[in-house]
Amino acid sequence: MPTRINIDGGKEQEKNNARKKKEIAKAYGRYAKQFTPRPRYLANCLKAFFTGGAICTLALAAQNYLTGSRGLSQQDAGTYVTIGLIVIAQLLTAFGVFDVIAKFAGAGVIVPITGFANSMVAPAIEYKKEGPVLGAGAKLFTVAGPVLVCGITSSMVVGIIYWFIERQAG
Amino acid sequence: MAHKKKGSQTVVFEKKPYIIGRGNIGGKKESEGPLAACFDQLLDDDMFGEKSWEKAECKMLQTAMERAIHRAKLKKENIDIMLSGDLINQIMTSSFAARDLHIPFLGLYGACSTMTESLVIGSMLIDGGFAQNIMASASSHFCTAERQFRMPVEHGNQRPTSAQWTATAAGAVVLSEKPFSIPEGMRVVRATDATIGKVIDAGIKDANQMGAAMAPSAVDTLLNHLQDTGRAIDYYDLVLTGDLGFIGKDIMTDLLIDAGLNAEKVYAHYDDCGTMLFSKDQDVHGGGSGCGCSAAVFTGKIMQQMEQGKISRILLMSTGALLSTISSFQGESIPGIAHAIALEVE
Repeated sequence: MPTRINIDGGKEQEKNNARKKKEIAKAYGRYAKQFTPRPRYLANCLKAFFTGGAICTLALAAQNYLTGSRGLSQQDAGTYVTIGLIVIAQLLTAFGVFDVIAKFAGAGVIVPITGFANSMVAPAIEYKKEGPVLGAGAKLFTVAGPVLVCGITSSMVVGIIYWFIERQAG
Repeated sequence: MAHKKKGSQTVVFEKKPYIIGRGNIGGKKESEGPLAACFDQLLDDDMFGEKSWEKAECKMLQTAMERAIHRAKLKKENIDIMLSGDLINQIMTSSFAARDLHIPFLGLYGACSTMTESLVIGSMLIDGGFAQNIMASASSHFCTAERQFRMPVEHGNQRPTSAQWTATAAGAVVLSEKPFSIPEGMRVVRATDATIGKVIDAGIKDANQMGAAMAPSAVDTLLNHLQDTGRAIDYYDLVLTGDLGFIGKDIMTDLLIDAGLNAEKVYAHYDDCGTMLFSKDQDVHGGGSGCGCSAAVFTGKIMQQMEQGKISRILLMSTGALLSTISSFQGESIPGIAHAIALEVE
């Protein structure tokens, strides 16, 4: 005859143990944090602001030049400037310079399209050794992929909400 | 009856195996660090003339092993068993090095605790009479670890202040039953006892907080070792953890003092390989890590000091974080482990 165990009682006990473990983990995490140096938030923010600002200012100057002196339409000029930024970021990644700049500038170069270009080229270089199809081909989107999926999904959700609100208002 | 076991987790070696050969190799960043002079060979380029990072790490491990065999004045045919491990999936580096070296091979995985794990098992095999000469080794490479556990190497990002830098290094020793081939005037290092660690999980989930995740296991192993052997921390000239880094070392020190150890003695006798391999201005944030960290520091600076008689008793405790790429994504916390081996100069 197998021994009967009180299943509900066991579950209660398990829950209690899990809660206790979580509490200990949280307390230890707080304790470990005391020993961890805080990042220099202000300095990092300033670096990101000025580098990111410089990139955007230069891009806008280039766009103004293209629309003004070259007589391109606003849309065409924007496309050219975007392509230019992507190409520069890709080249800098390939020469192994981009990660050095990103370490300094942080979000300043990661948030503009330069960050996207880097996130595509870095895996391409890394996984080239595993072949062009199953290496670079399969892993090309490992960094950018999740961002694209979440970005597009959230834009769809926002779009649906917007559509409902507009219908209500209309 | 396990008559060589002492206390709850410790084993005592009757034959006290000798370390008769050692070899190590380091990468570019290691060559710029404070221990550059303690390496047998240093690389200008972490590719080491190979086509991939993995091949480079494999070549580094082989080079360190060949150096150790050469120092032991042996041929690779004299090595009975090779014990080795690394961080790459399916311990690729070690297996592929064993393929080329043609030595009977037992692969180990203890994450960054592998160097001590290989020394402990090697000493046991010799003490049990199963082998005369054993190769114990471990390796790691910044780029192979980075791309497996984190991001592609060229990806631009800012590392958190607690992130550690995986050492591009390999270390190997030849353990032997007999002390032949030791040069005149050089002291002989012997393994006396070892404590096998338990896996301890303090609940840290941040893969950039390795030192904090591993420190509790190192504390547990050390306290058990001291209790099993009846020794105090100042019995050793140096108690050396593997790769807790700057943050983990501070936590370990604090926890040891909290456990009732004498604070002055802890400060005087305890250090960490991860804080020794790189200096703080090398932009390594939390300090060094990886199997190669304790392997290279032990086979370099520490063994040199022991051979020259500057220190005579050490407790080497390589620490490992037993996470996997899957476990972190599934929200699991990081289990830590630490093994200890006591080594003394004859």
